[in-house]
Amino acid sequence: MTAPLAPAESSSRVDELQARIRGMQATRLDSKAVPTHPVFEQVLPGGTLREGTVVSIEGSTTLLMALLAGPSASGRWVAVVGMPDFGVEAADRFGIDLDRLVLVPDPGRQWLTVVAALADVIPVVAARAMGRVAPAEASRLSARLRQRGSVLLVTGEWPGSDARLGVESSQWHGLGAGHGQLSDREVVVSAGGRGEFGRRARSRLRLPDRSLGFRTAGTATDARATREPLRLDDYERPAS
Amino acid sequence: MSVPTRTIVLWCPDWPIFAACRELGLDPALPIALTESGVVYACSAAARHDGVARGLKLREAQYRSPALTVLDYDAAVDVRLFEPVVREVETTVPGVQIVRPGTLAMRARGPARYYGGEDAAAQALLDTMTRLGVPGARVGIADGPFAAEQAARAARATPVGIVAVGASAAFIAPLPVGLVTDARTTTLLNRLGVRTLGEFAALPEADVRRRFGAAGAFAHDRAAGREQTGVMARTPPPEFEVLQEFEPPLDRIDQLAFAFRVRAEEFIDRMRAKRLVCTGIRVELDDERGGHSSRSWLHPQWFTPADVVDRVRWQLQGTGTADAGLASPIVRLRVVPERIDSTGNHEAGLWGGGPDERVHHGLTRVQSMLGHDGVVTASIGGGRMLADRQVLVPWGDQAPERTGDRAAGAPWPGSLPALAPASVFRERLPIRLMGDDGASVTIDDRGSISTPPARFAVGGDGESPVRAWAGPWPVVERWWDAEHAKRVHRFQIVDHDGCAWLLVRDGEGWWAEARYD
Repeated sequence: MTAPLAPAESSSRVDELQARIRGMQATRLDSKAVPTHPVFEQVLPGGTLREGTVVSIEGSTTLLMALLAGPSASGRWVAVVGMPDFGVEAADRFGIDLDRLVLVPDPGRQWLTVVAALADVIPVVAARAMGRVAPAEASRLSARLRQRGSVLLVTGEWPGSDARLGVESSQWHGLGAGHGQLSDREVVVSAGGRGEFGRRARSRLRLPDRSLGFRTAGTATDARATREPLRLDDYERPAS
Repeated sequence: MSVPTRTIVLWCPDWPIFAACRELGLDPALPIALTESGVVYACSAAARHDGVARGLKLREAQYRSPALTVLDYDAAVDVRLFEPVVREVETTVPGVQIVRPGTLAMRARGPARYYGGEDAAAQALLDTMTRLGVPGARVGIADGPFAAEQAARAARATPVGIVAVGASAAFIAPLPVGLVTDARTTTLLNRLGVRTLGEFAALPEADVRRRFGAAGAFAHDRAAGREQTGVMARTPPPEFEVLQEFEPPLDRIDQLAFAFRVRAEEFIDRMRAKRLVCTGIRVELDDERGGHSSRSWLHPQWFTPADVVDRVRWQLQGTGTADAGLASPIVRLRVVPERIDSTGNHEAGLWGGGPDERVHHGLTRVQSMLGHDGVVTASIGGGRMLADRQVLVPWGDQAPERTGDRAAGAPWPGSLPALAPASVFRERLPIRLMGDDGASVTIDDRGSISTPPARFAVGGDGESPVRAWAGPWPVVERWWDAEHAKRVHRFQIVDHDGCAWLLVRDGEGWWAEARYD
């Protein structure tokens, strides 16, 4: 027995489901969709990651984890290469299944070979580019990704990535001057790229929101903003 | 009713002590005790001389023998070190039953006829033990394994105790009844005035069975010298271990890996011929300077020859690279299978293996590039500091059991709230946190700060204003233990760019523990 949803809530749920259906259907023969967290439907064209693409990500590990969470929740393996500081506990809380997470913290000089070897068997590989990658090497790897249907999420310099996501600004909530604790964050994510990803777009997202999920900072948060308690630090500053 | 089998029992006194000493390189003449859950399980002769006995509490044992070395009892060591002894004894007398590590039983008829008498057979066994370097072994020969073991234990002046045929019942009659019954029954029998095996044997058999059931009847048979159980000789397990000696010693990993390839294939093929697969091996290496390294390796599926060679390479490699030379040349390499399973349990499905099998092969490839520790899986452990909470385990190894004081589910007062930082620094970054006046923020013993943080800089970078902050949140760990005591204060701050940090102040200064990015 489920409780009936409020009208506004149910329509947003319908929208979300429809977007997911679109994401799964809108596939050309050569690029299938990888299940992605619904928060990215406004950010990524088509609403999902595509098999065989390279997405470069700037400036936020949480954004990377949000992109990994969707494929991981749908039962895919994910690998993280060259990020010794990757926070495992945060990954777990954000919905990445640790049983299907593989870490290669120090790939060393052979990192590109390691990425290629992992991309053969693991559908979503996140890597930090260590040093410059020659365009020829990058396109060789892209061909391999397309053949295997894997996605490469890369931070750092990468020539010819299919899409670029970056955090333009971020604002944390919950922390005052000497009190409170970090609770949620609003970020502006810019997306750009080439081809299908051509248009440049900005979106406001909650990465993460109060319940350690991800959502767009649109309608849902506007409704929530009224419920937010008064911020004492705006009124009471400690006498100094 | 059949007559009990004439039996030889070979007994090595204090085998657990001997095994532990050999494993750890201790002198068995010292006072040593092995404990199991706080109670003495076995002790050496010197400790016994001081008054230590089996079943004594640890504290009492240490009180009686202040110089006592206390070790944890490990049953696996007992069994493992006894195995070569059994093999050697089997070459002297075939058809051996392992009663327990340290005690062997065998039928007497064959050896007595072959060596020309029971005495000569016993002497042959003792010679074998001397050759193996096991001191103080004793032999008992009597009707039935129980009586023979008692004969071995009773032999004090000479190492051989022989009870004549048919005299076993009389021989064991004066022994205490507790040898055949459990503690509860023993107490009951003692209260009934039955103290020796002879008295117990004198009770009518039908009454014993009615009062004490099948176990009582079995004990009664033993006490009366009518033992039904004979010697159940073990079938020697097939030998799979491979040993390769290198002459001259090899000092390069790639040479050694190449030289071992053929033997590794033999190793796996021999098992495959018996329809077995190996899921765990132990690799033992001896170098020229007398160094010894031994390590167990597990495999999530089963070992192929290439996997075995990889494990040997990784063990040699440690943290170095594959083409590096070794500190000391290797003279001997031994690979022992530790876990063996039937191939039937590991057969690939009719339509090939699942996707996880592909993942495994891919990851193994990466491991052979980077070394065993290069590919890890993660789990969450217990602890207050973030680095303690992430447990990284090399691919293919089992995650360590997280129970007791390291359980992840336990409440960890002082740990962080639900929002976890996305980047946890493996090595904490030195930072500077200053007040408005440019003086570093300090925290006094009562946990109050000298000045509100206003400016923040990572390493040697330029300063930027602090937008928001909270703290200090004290974390006090193991204050009762001077060596591992830890007292730090945590802060959360948001810097000018909108990036949030988790800072730690300890005795040495300010550090960034993690970043919420």
